[in-house]
Amino acid sequence: MLQVCGVSSIEALFADIPASLRTASFNLPPGRTEQEITGTAAAWISHTAVHSRSFIGAGYYDHFIPAAVDALANRSEFVTAYTPYQPECAQGTLQALFEYQTAICRLTGMDAANASLYDGGSALAEAGMMALRITKRNKVVVTGDVNPLHRRILETYFRTLGSDVVTVPAKNHAPDLAALAAAIDDKTAAVLVQNPDFYGGIHDFAPLADLAHKTGALLVMSCYPIALGMLKTPAEHGADIAVGDGQSLGNPLSFGGPYLGYIATRRQYIRQLPGRIIGETVDTQGRRGFVLTLQAREQHIRREKATSNICSNQSLCALRAVIYLSLLGKQGFVELAERLYRTTAYARQQFQAAGFPLPQTGPVFNEFVVTLPRPAARVVSRLHLVSQLSVGLPLAALSAGTEHNLLVSFTEQHDRADIDTLIAALAEQAAKA
Amino acid sequence: MATYYSKDHEWITVNGAEGVMGITAYAAQQLGDVVYVDLPAAGKSVKQHEVLCAIESVKAASDIYAPLSGSVTAVNDKLATAPELVNQSAEQEAWIATLTLSNPAEVSALMDRAAYDTYVAGLK
Repeated sequence: MLQVCGVSSIEALFADIPASLRTASFNLPPGRTEQEITGTAAAWISHTAVHSRSFIGAGYYDHFIPAAVDALANRSEFVTAYTPYQPECAQGTLQALFEYQTAICRLTGMDAANASLYDGGSALAEAGMMALRITKRNKVVVTGDVNPLHRRILETYFRTLGSDVVTVPAKNHAPDLAALAAAIDDKTAAVLVQNPDFYGGIHDFAPLADLAHKTGALLVMSCYPIALGMLKTPAEHGADIAVGDGQSLGNPLSFGGPYLGYIATRRQYIRQLPGRIIGETVDTQGRRGFVLTLQAREQHIRREKATSNICSNQSLCALRAVIYLSLLGKQGFVELAERLYRTTAYARQQFQAAGFPLPQTGPVFNEFVVTLPRPAARVVSRLHLVSQLSVGLPLAALSAGTEHNLLVSFTEQHDRADIDTLIAALAEQAAKA
Repeated sequence: MATYYSKDHEWITVNGAEGVMGITAYAAQQLGDVVYVDLPAAGKSVKQHEVLCAIESVKAASDIYAPLSGSVTAVNDKLATAPELVNQSAEQEAWIATLTLSNPAEVSALMDRAAYDTYVAGLK
């Protein structure tokens, strides 16, 4: 190999990299056979605590994924394909993404969606930047009950743009609508909200949308997509851009990714939508076909004036999302949302009966805040060990609440017995306080 | 009233302190089928040779520069729904914007029709 490259040694090959930047050792053990590695991995897995039930949500949810999602999405035509550089040759990929965009439009009530973004956080940041371009203003207002991780991504993007993110703190785990209204001025490009919010609360943002529009600002709404089976769509709230994390649509949690972000908007803003957009057309013989459309927005043509630096998407995750949605169907999707709502209502009732303070006063969808008599982080680690339960997210971990507050979340993976087990375990810990 | 041309292939017809501008037929032909004109906002003020707005064709996206300094008084809304007008009638129907000129003397930096035709012939 060195001979082919025309260098005398490994040292010579890496001569261009300063020695101080090179690692002294990769600290790798000696090579082992496949059989040995398989045995080692199996031993590791057996030591890993596999929790019987997790009640951690906070934006990413453990949903049942029908086997057909894996069976179809794992076909090698989809799995092995990298981003198609000659996209129109990959008609199957384009058609799947076109159907995905259609599904996102139906969920959100919007006119146009792109072929997906990286995750919910980058989708929120892209929506904020879209609003800057549309309004030619330089500031967005975000409410503190938007997912704190997503807000951090938004702030990172905006810091590098030299644009401002004004955060209006949440009040009692809900948006402070009066303070939000006061924060909107003629320099505000958009107000960014989330429904259900990070704490699971359901809100009506229509009055805020009206107020934002009166000052020439947009409303950006982030939504947990499953909730849209039951709640008003972002379009019905009067939002101009709808975003969210699409993980819950057929994608496993997988220790943090890959996921997908969705973004959709109204017809008049299509040209400011970032990323790839698939369009339907007819070929010279009148046959239905699919193309990448409105590409002049993208950086391979528009260069530094492109709508976004994003030039890729999460095709495989978006494919899983559209397969998942088509398997559930219109009715099944609504039933799933209703089931989550009912399960969560049952849990709320039981928590109340067990004497736990629940600080939220308004309606919640799939999760809510419980106040424990002891610091939540300690209870969480204790119950990991003794009960193999992941009882929820201590809000202090994300600077999203005080140390006694725990965020618990419910999906169709939980039945009443699971909820009773959770509450009994937390009550037992509380009794020790 | 006289029409002037820029090296960036914009035309502007000047009438006192008012100007109406667009891109030249040569520019439209070079762009190919125009699919979108990103019209400037009324009231926007620009200096000569600064970016006024942008235009997209099936093969490129290009900036359009202000041939003279001024502020936008009106835009051709027809182009929002019929961008193909730029290919059909670049120097008549597909005017892009009217400007109130802040310094009409800047026309000295522009070309007349004969000079522009010579300039374009030199590009071919």
